[in-house]
Amino acid sequence: MTMARATTSRRSFLGYSYSLVGVVAALVILAWMLVAILAPYIIPHSIGDIVDDDYFGPMRQGLWLGSDYLGRDMLSRVLMGARYTVGISLAAVFIACFSGVVLGMTAAVTGGWLDTCLSRFLDAMNSIPSKLFGLVVVAAVGSSIPALILTLAVIYTPGAYRFARALAVNINTMDFMTVARVRGENTAYLIGSEILPNIIRPVLADFGLRFVFIVLLLSGLSFLGLGLQPPLADWGALVRENIGGLPFAAPAVIIPSLAIASLTISVNLLIDNLPQKIRDRDA
Amino acid sequence: MTNLVEVRDLRIEATTDAGRIVEIIKGVSLDIPDGEIVALIGESGSGKTTVALSLMGYARPGCRITGGEINVNGKNMAALSEKQRARLRGTDIAYVPQSAAASFNPSSTIMEQVIEVTRIHNLMPPERARQRAVELFKALSLPDPEGIGARYPHQVSGGQLQRLAAAMALIGDPKLVIFDEPTTALDVTTQIDVLKAFKSVMRAGGIAGIYVSHDLAVVAQIADHIVVLKGGEVQEAGTTARMLSAAQHPYTRELLAAFEPKPRQTHADGDAGAKPLLRIDNVTAGYGAVRENGLPLIRAVDSVSLVVETGRNLGIIGESGCGKSTLARVIAGIHPAATGNIVFDGKQLERAAGKRSQDQLREMQIVFQYADTALNPAKPVEDIISRPLAFYHQLDRQARSKRVDELLDMVRLPRTLRYRRPSELSGGQKQRVNFARALAAGPKLIICDEITSALDTVVAAAVIELLKELQRELSLSYIFISHDLSVVEAICDEIMVMYNGERVEQITPDKLKAPTHPYSKLLFSSVPKLDPTWLDGLVRDPELVSQYGHR
Amino acid sequence: MKSGVLNLVMKRLAVAVVTLLIVLFAVFFATSMLPGDTASILLGQAATPEAVAGLREAMHLNDPAILRFVLWLVGLLHGDLGTSYANQMPVAALIGGRLVNTMKLAAITTLLSVPLALTLGITAAMLRGSVYDRTVTVFSIGVISVPEFMVATLAVLLFAVYLKWLPALSSVNEAHSLTDLVRIYAMPVITLTFVISAQMIRMTRAAVIETLSTPYVEMALLKGASRSRMVLRHALPNALGPIVNAVALSLSYLVGGVIIVETIFNYPGIAKLMVDAVATRDLPLIQSCAMIFCLGYLFLITAADIVAIMSNPRLR
Repeated sequence: MTMARATTSRRSFLGYSYSLVGVVAALVILAWMLVAILAPYIIPHSIGDIVDDDYFGPMRQGLWLGSDYLGRDMLSRVLMGARYTVGISLAAVFIACFSGVVLGMTAAVTGGWLDTCLSRFLDAMNSIPSKLFGLVVVAAVGSSIPALILTLAVIYTPGAYRFARALAVNINTMDFMTVARVRGENTAYLIGSEILPNIIRPVLADFGLRFVFIVLLLSGLSFLGLGLQPPLADWGALVRENIGGLPFAAPAVIIPSLAIASLTISVNLLIDNLPQKIRDRDA
Repeated sequence: MTNLVEVRDLRIEATTDAGRIVEIIKGVSLDIPDGEIVALIGESGSGKTTVALSLMGYARPGCRITGGEINVNGKNMAALSEKQRARLRGTDIAYVPQSAAASFNPSSTIMEQVIEVTRIHNLMPPERARQRAVELFKALSLPDPEGIGARYPHQVSGGQLQRLAAAMALIGDPKLVIFDEPTTALDVTTQIDVLKAFKSVMRAGGIAGIYVSHDLAVVAQIADHIVVLKGGEVQEAGTTARMLSAAQHPYTRELLAAFEPKPRQTHADGDAGAKPLLRIDNVTAGYGAVRENGLPLIRAVDSVSLVVETGRNLGIIGESGCGKSTLARVIAGIHPAATGNIVFDGKQLERAAGKRSQDQLREMQIVFQYADTALNPAKPVEDIISRPLAFYHQLDRQARSKRVDELLDMVRLPRTLRYRRPSELSGGQKQRVNFARALAAGPKLIICDEITSALDTVVAAAVIELLKELQRELSLSYIFISHDLSVVEAICDEIMVMYNGERVEQITPDKLKAPTHPYSKLLFSSVPKLDPTWLDGLVRDPELVSQYGHR
Repeated sequence: MKSGVLNLVMKRLAVAVVTLLIVLFAVFFATSMLPGDTASILLGQAATPEAVAGLREAMHLNDPAILRFVLWLVGLLHGDLGTSYANQMPVAALIGGRLVNTMKLAAITTLLSVPLALTLGITAAMLRGSVYDRTVTVFSIGVISVPEFMVATLAVLLFAVYLKWLPALSSVNEAHSLTDLVRIYAMPVITLTFVISAQMIRMTRAAVIETLSTPYVEMALLKGASRSRMVLRHALPNALGPIVNAVALSLSYLVGGVIIVETIFNYPGIAKLMVDAVATRDLPLIQSCAMIFCLGYLFLITAADIVAIMSNPRLR
């Protein structure tokens, strides 16, 4: 076995060790969050204004990211798109992870029929491919922003449940859980105070991964024209409406794709390079 | 006599999780003469396994041999290329792992794995190798030597797997065999057979060995020399006879002292305190489907009755699977009994803990074997200890903090430890915190389930001393469950022997020399003694062994 | 021992059937929630109320949902998938040829990506920490981090726009020669292969690495086994269960991938049909397509679980 472990350059600060990749990834994510919040105040043009005589205009001064298929400013549209992509995905992932994790921990601690029923039902939900699920539900309830958020949350709740339950089941077999039980503690204490602190790191990592999945699914749906409806446009919708520029490799079709990639890749990299608390015992 | 192995100034470094590099072996030198066995003794973390593995030129992932010479049979393992080392592994030097159960590939037959060395190194045709393996199985007195090879590892018991691992090591006719705690995971009655088998094959083949162990009594039976290791450095080395009789180094003496009969505290018989605190009658509990008569399919505890008197201690002893831990869980209500009565402090207890009153739960505390899993790794020590204070006694923050200090004092831990997390404590410290949490509830009875088994000998002895002191100060009663006779003997007023879910005998420690039940006789006679001639001189009734030594 | 395996397999199959029922139920109800009255949508705005009522009666729309579900199930069992609202053709006829097209696409992709991904995953695990391993890892993280349509658009940009090797759109009917066939399938297959291989590589690599750190692999090392022997003889047989699962799970990404790929390349498959059906809210068509996808997915994961059960030496 080679011992050459990937020694990515790590530096330490305040008792944590960081890797450079992780810091850069975190900065990219932070930047997109800020854009999502501030978008309406920083866009140079209104997203509906046609500012270019040509369509699929190239990048140039004043139109830093070129223009779209109607000659609208791409920079403004991408910045506003961040608002929808990041906002909807975050809301959905919060709902999915919160309900999934709470249900998962409760099922693991309680056991019995509650666990069996929940697991069986949510596993069945899980065996509907996510994109298909999305298509069917969108066909049924439409694609308003609240409907999209709920749909995405429902699709990814079973996964969050399964993940949290598996972790919690492991913790549940530990002796400290038995000690707490024979002390007479109730379920709320058991899941909140004994289990949660032990699974919070992987759960947060899972939160990130699920956020990526949701961003991808939302973009996919919008790309198919079944997500956010015009005049609103998230990044997936921006790719769709500008797909005609593909043969000319227009920035209008490439930039929104890159925006999605920069966000999702950064989240993945951050998860793989989370800061580690230095807890060496004196050896 | 020449030395087969000469290690000089060996240095090994390890990289910690956070990327810091620490030296874990700090200049170790040792010799192994031709055909002799050298024992490496030390507590966990002393580096004994690391040193033993380095003889094969191997360091576990994250570790690196950084200096020194490891001469085995004239070749410096530290300087060879990985290819050259691979050529010597299995042929010149072979390895017997601590857990054979984990070291056998579950998806391949035993025979295939035993003769794999001959395939890798092209030593002999497979047919010849199989014959040789069967011969080894016979020499290691394995049952069904012709047929056992066709089985898969999970179909064979632990004691047999351990001997099969030895056969796997010996098939390549090695000059040196490394034994890495090969009997630690076994029961005492099984350990004897395995030790005897090892000793006779090694002696017959004139093979040199290095025997890694933390158990001085086991080592005394099999080794010619003993090397004591601590903190990655050799403390003392010498022949077995000299080390046992005239050890110089304080640490070695401490190890030896742990074997000396401990002064027992005696409770005056017929004392006023001799009223029963806990009485259980005909308790049966087990696993699997409940049958018509209300009893479970597999009975782990079968009609057991016992009494614990106030201020006195009951020891429960038995081998793995005898039901002693289940009994502890039954009493605590973790695993509700199927039938039987439990009376605690004069009141009938519900079988399930969930139905008992808060005071009943508070007064009976249980302390588990592995402090690693019994303490929530995500919480600092003060949170762990203060939870029972808040839960049972409704103390406010200030009162809790004061009480945590007192409890830490009681278990002889520095108060500054309260801010640490369990992973930052040593094994002994963790077990003390574990105990302090039980004390925090203010119990009358503490059930101690193998609480010293995961600890090093010296540390375990100190914990037992602490328990005795606390008993005097707080008038506690203990139920002390263990597989280790010397531990139970040191602290208990009564000892109950369990076998196969049943209570076979109950005796007092002063009558330990003369048990009446045949199983107790077998069990007590199987505990290794420091005397190096003990194993060779041990005569066991073959009928008893076949009846009870089922592993 | 044998009966133990049989028992587990039967149990697994029973779970699959229960799951299938729950899924069918979910699909049926999700589509039944479609807003608007189906009968009036079908007949258009000019329809008389009597005509609408008649159609409602004929379509059992007045019956309780549970009865309609049972009727639908019974129909399914007889091979009756219903009639498309959009063009009044039997759903079975609409799906038939397109299902074959999609199966072809899926089969070619599977044949290409499974060997490729397993090789890459296993070799990356063997050479853990090397430049090769890191390249494979970075590549696979990259691919799973981006939406399928981005992989597709990049492939179009590269092969069709810059290199001009391949046409950007597929039309199965225009295949006259082998080169035509390759040119038609190349873009969708390349895109799909990228998408599902990335997952498979990551999971295979993780499974092998996990078994490589077990004591029995260390034991093999200490017997002097070569690296390839440790992997092929000791790690792989025990990683088989997780690897089969990884393959099944990744192939199920085909479902997601195929929806995007067929749309973007205008490939006449069943996924494209379904996306169009969603756009026109063609209920029976959506139900049938969704059901076929779920069936395929369920079949894959159930088969993988059964292989995993059979490959567990403890049950042999």
